[in-house]
Amino acid sequence: MSVRRADTLGGRAAVVGIGATEFSKDSGRSELTLAAEAVRAALDDAGLAPSDVDGLVTFTMDTSPEIAVAQATGIGELSFFSRVHYGGGAACATVQQAALAVATGIAEVVVCYRAFNERSGRRFGSGVQHREPSAEGTALGWNLPPGLLTPASWVAMAARRYLHTYGLTPEAFGHVAVTGRRYAATNPAAYFHGRPITLADHAASRPIVEPLRLLDCCQETDGGQALVVTTAERARDLRRPPALITAAAQGAGRAQEQMTSYYRDEFYPSDLAGLPEMGVVARQLWRTSGYGPADIDVAVLYDHFTPFVLMQLEEFGFCAPGEAAAFVADGALPLNTHGGQLGEAYLHGMNGIAEAVRQVRGSAVNQVPDVAHALVTAGTGVPTSGLILGRDGG
Amino acid sequence: MSGGDGARGAAVSGDDALYARLKAFEGRPAATGGRGKDPVNAAMIRHWCEAMGDTHPAYRGPDAVAPPTMLQAWTMGGLSGHTDRSPAYDELSALLDGAGCTAVVATDCEQEYLRPLRPGDEITFDAVIESVSPRKTTKLGSGYFVTTRMDVRVDGELAGAHRFRILKYVPGKGSSGPGGPAPEADPAPRKGTPEPVAAPRDAPARPRPVINRDNAGFWAGVAEHRLLIQRCTGCGRLRMPWLPGCARCGAPEWDTVEAGGGGTVHSYVVMHHPPFPAFDPPYAVALIALEEGVRLVAGVTGVPPDAVRVGMPVRLEFQQVRDGKGAWELPVFRAEPGAARAPREEG
Ligand SMILES: [Zn+2]
Repeated sequence: MSVRRADTLGGRAAVVGIGATEFSKDSGRSELTLAAEAVRAALDDAGLAPSDVDGLVTFTMDTSPEIAVAQATGIGELSFFSRVHYGGGAACATVQQAALAVATGIAEVVVCYRAFNERSGRRFGSGVQHREPSAEGTALGWNLPPGLLTPASWVAMAARRYLHTYGLTPEAFGHVAVTGRRYAATNPAAYFHGRPITLADHAASRPIVEPLRLLDCCQETDGGQALVVTTAERARDLRRPPALITAAAQGAGRAQEQMTSYYRDEFYPSDLAGLPEMGVVARQLWRTSGYGPADIDVAVLYDHFTPFVLMQLEEFGFCAPGEAAAFVADGALPLNTHGGQLGEAYLHGMNGIAEAVRQVRGSAVNQVPDVAHALVTAGTGVPTSGLILGRDGG
Repeated sequence: MSGGDGARGAAVSGDDALYARLKAFEGRPAATGGRGKDPVNAAMIRHWCEAMGDTHPAYRGPDAVAPPTMLQAWTMGGLSGHTDRSPAYDELSALLDGAGCTAVVATDCEQEYLRPLRPGDEITFDAVIESVSPRKTTKLGSGYFVTTRMDVRVDGELAGAHRFRILKYVPGKGSSGPGGPAPEADPAPRKGTPEPVAAPRDAPARPRPVINRDNAGFWAGVAEHRLLIQRCTGCGRLRMPWLPGCARCGAPEWDTVEAGGGGTVHSYVVMHHPPFPAFDPPYAVALIALEEGVRLVAGVTGVPPDAVRVGMPVRLEFQQVRDGKGAWELPVFRAEPGAARAPREEG
């Protein structure tokens, strides 16, 4: 993948299996058990056996090593294993890693997985009060002494500036929350199944870190999700219609930080009101696929906090800067049709990839008619990644 | 007795002739006949509450009382000078200086409150040398803890007591890690530094600055009440946060310039949830745009959190932060007078 030229990966690999545990607040079992269950379910979905797998990819944050997952699921020798950094920004990049491996013959069948007890175990939302003085710890460390301690607070700083830049009020974020919960209400797998919300509910929800309210913040989840990737050729012989990996990209911006990119106005006029790292991803996806916003039938955009969904729509060019709230309210683009992380589950973006696969297969619970191309993105505010998945022959 | 962080692992030395002489000062006056410069008053209470972000209703209105933690504030000499210390206290200090214990660090203070102070109360105060410890060896060096107790009275009736403990020690034995000065090891309190607010030894831990070799210079500057900005000597670009190279030109060489102290609020948040024991929500944290063109995340003081606005002019100050384990300086930004009444800017 290149920031300057179209790459040659597009169309050479496909997602052929998806599998997940239930999404809960207390799984009652270990993270490794969740990972193994998700991997087995994804292989079953693909019609493949553990013995077919020779590659595993996960997040650096995952606590279940590839070798432990392999042992627990009966996967044999591995020729490829890789991990991607930067929290939820890793999600789509795990699929990119798998696609690179199968396209080059480094591996034949690669499973990507992510599993955690994020609600009943270590909760990211509980914040950070201490960091070791590594380069990474020191970078985040600038924010801690004055009490900027939580993911919500790091996002809220950008959200405030977004509202200021475009003369909006915090109600602008409500459309994203309402949309996610509307789709979740009709998705039996969603934690918030049967529980839609209104703009008034959003406006009345309690402040978490102003300008963010409770309903701007995604839930916390225990669970696991896995995805099986193999070559496009092999995909055509398997049980399910393949979701071709039409384009895959990672992106980091200049003066990039993790969640606190507050110092890059010199490089990006959008400053805190934009997500330049997602702009890097967007440019690559459009260039490699040859598509643009009008070619996308459904979008699954990472939604741990509502404001960053608006900024993503603007970075991808679905609408002009500052107009995303109105764009979402208008509803022309089917968005986060599983309910998103706000409504279905917070699986670090991996459940969103599964939803994009279902939409391309035509098997989603909130199916959009005739999906040829689905866009899916990974964690925002951090170095990130994205995918365009396409129907075979679409 | 504990001397705070600097005294962890303190060891009592053997027989000590000096100690016997120091011990004789116990019970002698440290200051006498002190009188508050101003009566307890609503204006100082309001300023205190705004600076602390304390919105408790008991400190407002016609039946207001002063926040108990203001006890020492009513005794302070202000910019025009402090009440002279007693000859006994000066003699004790000289004796310690003569023994090589020339460095001093404030370790902790405690307060007791017997009755509330109300606007109009005229206070008087006396201080006594309450105790001198045996010689102790601490991380900073070897020396003696001296505890003074100041009794604050209204119409002769005891209203509260303020205990203040210092370590007078032989300098140069302390250790600074390779990452720079330990923030709590500050052997030379500067003139004009406000006395720390009482922090009991079990006060919840506050997040420490994260200091390594790449940013130690910044925190050393803060300890001296200077906010230092890195400057690339290749292209002249100013940079914050500190890094060992320039994001524009890639040059590794740099020097520093000191911030003038002016700035504006570029963005801000108000923290509500989850609660952290060392912080008292709601509180504001801002991204400050310094007049030099670089930015810094810092607290905003002088206005309630709901009065902070994007674009609000602010000025740099330094605040001593204490918890149960130590004390260190932090840059904070005070809203410029009148800023809170500027036309509301949405966002
Ligand atoms: Zn430079």
